[in-house]
Amino acid sequence: MTHDHGEEHHLVSYGTYIMVWLALLAFTGLTVTVAGFNLRQVSVFVALLVATCKTFLVLNYFMHLKYEQSIFKIMIFVTVSILAVFIVLTFFDVSFR
Amino acid sequence: MGSGAIVEEQGPTVSSFLEYRGRFSGIFGWIFSTDHKRIGILYLFSLMTFFIVGVGIGVLMRLEHLTTGQTIMDPQTYNSFFTLHGVIMIFLFIIPGIPAAFGNFIMPIQIGAEDVAFPRINLFSWYLYISGAILALVTLFIGGVADTGWTFYAPYSIRTNTNVSLTLMAAFLLGFSSILTGLNFITTIHRLRAPRMGWFNMPLFVWALYATAWIQVLATPIIGITAVLVILERLLGIGIFDPMKGGDPILFQHLFWIYSHPAVYIMILPAMGVISEVIPTFARRTIFGYKFIAYSSIAIAGVGSLVWGHHMYVSGQSYTANVVFSLLTFLVAIPSAIKVFNWVSTLYKGSIDLSAPMLYALAFIFLFSIGGLTGVMLGALAVNVHVHDTYFVVAHFHYVMFGGTGFGFFAALHYWLPKMTGKMYDEKIAKIAWLLMVVGFNGFYFPMLLLGYQGMPRRYYDHLPQFHDGHVIATVGSWILVAGVFLMFWNLARALFKGKRTSRNPWGGTTLEWQVPSPPPLLNFVHEPEIRKDPYGHTGNDGH
Repeated sequence: MTHDHGEEHHLVSYGTYIMVWLALLAFTGLTVTVAGFNLRQVSVFVALLVATCKTFLVLNYFMHLKYEQSIFKIMIFVTVSILAVFIVLTFFDVSFR
Repeated sequence: MGSGAIVEEQGPTVSSFLEYRGRFSGIFGWIFSTDHKRIGILYLFSLMTFFIVGVGIGVLMRLEHLTTGQTIMDPQTYNSFFTLHGVIMIFLFIIPGIPAAFGNFIMPIQIGAEDVAFPRINLFSWYLYISGAILALVTLFIGGVADTGWTFYAPYSIRTNTNVSLTLMAAFLLGFSSILTGLNFITTIHRLRAPRMGWFNMPLFVWALYATAWIQVLATPIIGITAVLVILERLLGIGIFDPMKGGDPILFQHLFWIYSHPAVYIMILPAMGVISEVIPTFARRTIFGYKFIAYSSIAIAGVGSLVWGHHMYVSGQSYTANVVFSLLTFLVAIPSAIKVFNWVSTLYKGSIDLSAPMLYALAFIFLFSIGGLTGVMLGALAVNVHVHDTYFVVAHFHYVMFGGTGFGFFAALHYWLPKMTGKMYDEKIAKIAWLLMVVGFNGFYFPMLLLGYQGMPRRYYDHLPQFHDGHVIATVGSWILVAGVFLMFWNLARALFKGKRTSRNPWGGTTLEWQVPSPPPLLNFVHEPEIRKDPYGHTGNDGH
């Protein structure tokens, strides 16, 4: 199947989707398990780290970012980086209060 | 708007955009038009209307301080007035201000484009703006005007019985309008520049709008979400900001200022762009340090997005955060100072023409410098704690926002109105109005700097006797300032009906908009404009 611009759609196998789905379930399990430990200040960081990994998988495979042109990857990267800067500058102060 | 004349200038005879009759006529010819010039004028009239309302409320608040004790209003009314004044001036006037009015009208012409990239979205953003404005004004009649101040700090904004939810909904809609304008400008500047117009062939006003547009797109959604969270907290009591439910009120301040400090740069950057246009035109010199001014716009947008914590030194955030935000705040002073030094260097050995736009631009440099330097003082932790929530802060941001952006807006009005309407105002009256405004402004706000330093708190409807003299001087200053503002508006309104026809290029401007007729034709250019390498080198008859 081709686009107007002649650009090809990449076909992802069902096996890949299932692997990604299983990985997402595993990460969810990890989040729930880690929430049971008392990690104090690190707990939010760990939860965000796991969520970031899950987002990475969803963006790349389910939303096909992996197969897109680099301009879209750059746009997402810049936006997520800005969000990360805002989150770090907002929350780092909690550790020093 | 009386100028619908056929424009006969050098080159072929063309109808102006005011003369053009499309599918609709009368008022519908304006509110259904997707022409960037008509939308710019729609914005201009809308936001000037709200500016006059905001000025009226401000003057009444000042009048309350003419005597000690209650003068003309009770404390609750005063609380509602400063909230309404803030919301109207910030969300309805100064944020859309220069980009929505002059950016819409002038920017596409300056880059050699026929319109913005998304003309319908452009009109839609005006409708969102008007919807937000109506919603904000509806609170006057339903549920009582919010009494939180324009900052809506939690937990008070969650608990007050006034109509905070509706006001926040208005801010949400206005934010959407701002995002769409920003998105439109980014796309227009990237995609619709005339052939051969590179990034460094663009006028500095376009650079300023470009930097502003990125802040609009990236920062505004945060205030939108925050507004929704407060509304949900009020309606459902979910406990995000309310400490009684385990929420964090400091988180609200973070989220609010992540947008609202960069919003200060949304307000000032376009005004800096205007000044970068006016100064070289009236100093008859090439702008000094073009690339530094262009880059400093981007630097202000970037670093300015990371300094919000300086509004929160006494909020309970950690000392470490205070130090980090203080350092970042000092850094953002550098690109601002680069601009001021470059403007002053442009004036050096220039052949200075003190026409009205130039006078407003010079007042901008003077007043913005006071605002900027008091801002640096406020960035210092010790001073900030001393003057926090006093008149010093109020005077500081009025020097930046009114003395800076306001005078930049007036400079733009006097500079570009002849281009927009083809009519010229009375130069002598414009200068008298300018003088009244400069004297009135300093008479109004300079005593407030001193009062604040002495400890006069902001948002109080009354004052102690030791502050009385300063209050009286400031109140008298406000009368002079308002007299100047109304004289200016009267002079400009009169020009629309009785002003003399002006030429294509009354100021000897060297950017593309001065090469097309005044007022411009529907699609701006009769022939494809010839782009010069020097952005300020368009002195010929390129638009014909």
